[in-house]
Amino acid sequence: MLPEKLIFDYSVPKTLLIKLSGDWQISAGLLSTNEVTSQLNSHPDIVQINISVSQELKWDSGLISFLLKLIRECGHKNINVAREGLPQEAQKLLSLALKVHEKNISSQKVREAFLEKTGEKFLQIIESSRSGLEFLGDIAVSFGRLITGKSYFRWDDFMLIVQKCGVDTLLLVSLISLLVGMILAFVGSIQLKMFGAQIFISDIVGIAMVRVLSAVMTGIIVSGRIGASFAAELGMMQANEEIDALKTLGVSPVEFLVIPRILALVIMMPVLTIYADLMGVLGGFIISAGMLNLNPVEYLNHTQQAVKLSYVWVGLIHSLVFGVIVAVAGCLRGIECERNAAGVGIATTSAVVTGITGIVIATAIITYICQFLGV
Amino acid sequence: MDSTVQPVIEVRDLDLGYNDYVVMRNLSFSVNKGDIFIVMGVNGCGKSTLLKSLIGLKTPTKGKVLYYGKSFWDEDETGQQNIMRRFGVLYQGGALWSSLTVGENISLPLQLYTKLSCQQIQEVVALKLSLVGLEGCEDLFPSGISGGMRKRASLARAIALDPDIIFFDEPSSGLDPINARKLDDLILELRDSLGATVVVVTHELASIFAVGNNSVFLDMESKAMIAAGDPKVLLADSKDPRVIQFLTRARVQGA
Repeated sequence: MLPEKLIFDYSVPKTLLIKLSGDWQISAGLLSTNEVTSQLNSHPDIVQINISVSQELKWDSGLISFLLKLIRECGHKNINVAREGLPQEAQKLLSLALKVHEKNISSQKVREAFLEKTGEKFLQIIESSRSGLEFLGDIAVSFGRLITGKSYFRWDDFMLIVQKCGVDTLLLVSLISLLVGMILAFVGSIQLKMFGAQIFISDIVGIAMVRVLSAVMTGIIVSGRIGASFAAELGMMQANEEIDALKTLGVSPVEFLVIPRILALVIMMPVLTIYADLMGVLGGFIISAGMLNLNPVEYLNHTQQAVKLSYVWVGLIHSLVFGVIVAVAGCLRGIECERNAAGVGIATTSAVVTGITGIVIATAIITYICQFLGV
Repeated sequence: MDSTVQPVIEVRDLDLGYNDYVVMRNLSFSVNKGDIFIVMGVNGCGKSTLLKSLIGLKTPTKGKVLYYGKSFWDEDETGQQNIMRRFGVLYQGGALWSSLTVGENISLPLQLYTKLSCQQIQEVVALKLSLVGLEGCEDLFPSGISGGMRKRASLARAIALDPDIIFFDEPSSGLDPINARKLDDLILELRDSLGATVVVVTHELASIFAVGNNSVFLDMESKAMIAAGDPKVLLADSKDPRVIQFLTRARVQGA
């Protein structure tokens, strides 16, 4: 029969002597402290535990793990565990393990209750709205300074951003708008064919693209491409302390980095939207003239009659608002970015999500206002 | 020491922290003109947080930071900017603006705060670059130069406006011993040549003894400064085991 690993001795009053023997290596399995706990429960007067070991004790981390659990449990019950009876090496390992443990406790987060978590989340939302508003205020002040000629504006940077917002997104805008125009023509033809009114495809494509769809599609493309890159650029600058360097120089990061980006996007968005309008109409034209056998001249004439100038203005207002939303979302997320690589990733994703959500909400609001005004 | 001389920087009863978490308590020390003042301590003890409070990036929980007798955190924005204009900062990673060339990085503060013409600015930029041993590197981008060169270029930017105080955050981090030594020599030369006061946050022993003539030692456990004075004197006279252990790289007792 294998020898008992744990032998309990109560010969000294208020003291439990635990004699350890046998195989305490990990390969023999880890022993739980239940046996000791039940001994302690049946002898509530115990205030001290002494440990002795037998000559033939075999041990490794298995023993240390057991003793750690024991020491922690006894700590809760205010029972002192004397380690003097243990082998020297085990004592050293134990103090090392306990040292790490004590440090970890101080940095450990306390488990929060559901209500506490909800409250915390709510406070976070308030804090993030407050910082968002503060950021908008900063932008307004910086614009004021720009208009009065008091702020420092780097035209080179501005032109580069304009180029990035415009030329670099042109191909993507062309492709998406052309395809959306084609899809609209196809879908419209399914119903209109039944009434022999296929020529009205030009109205559907023209009005839908010019009033809202071009601006929305361009906004989404720009949010994914430009808004995300704004967040990543500013986020990296935050991580590399470049924004700190600007602040200590007395330069407002909003004036130096955010204003040129917002201006560039606000200028380029309407241009891109007009271009997307043309591409969308072209898409509808290709399908109608090429596949649905409509008269090309008649199609173009119909489009011209259907699309009023006020629709173009509505589209342009959409695009201006989207430009501001995407640029502000990208820059805000970049400036708020945490100073590490993961933070930059989160900022980028968050910029796109905020941008697209903002675009959809703004579209709903503008559409309602236009309905209300009868435009 | 002449007690009538006003310290350049005076820190009084400063408490630092993040929300409810206390980083340091009751910091009080002063930095005199021409000092190379070392802020030392182990990783995570709050050296960089203290630096952020000194350079105006982090509001302290309590206490004052005085520059030439003016309390930085009690000044309005303009007053703070006027003080900030008197110091240059060398950040740990250099923090050169990555979209600008080395030359543009150094010329930006000059464009903002001086009335020099473009030609004159180019001349000053060339001078600052030659001071740090980077002559002719104006047109290089930060991504195209080595870590040591980035530190030097960043130092050239920090001294662009001839500041009265230069802050260094871990200047030797990421540098080999030879380049670290060169940077130490450069710090000494710039202090002597510009007449600047220097504050260095570091835990590099070689740098501490090579350049420092005054210091504070921050202790993470007690969240307080536990020693102050010339690092060489601290090494010789300090009785505090934590200071001795740090300054001699001694092994932890009982480990």
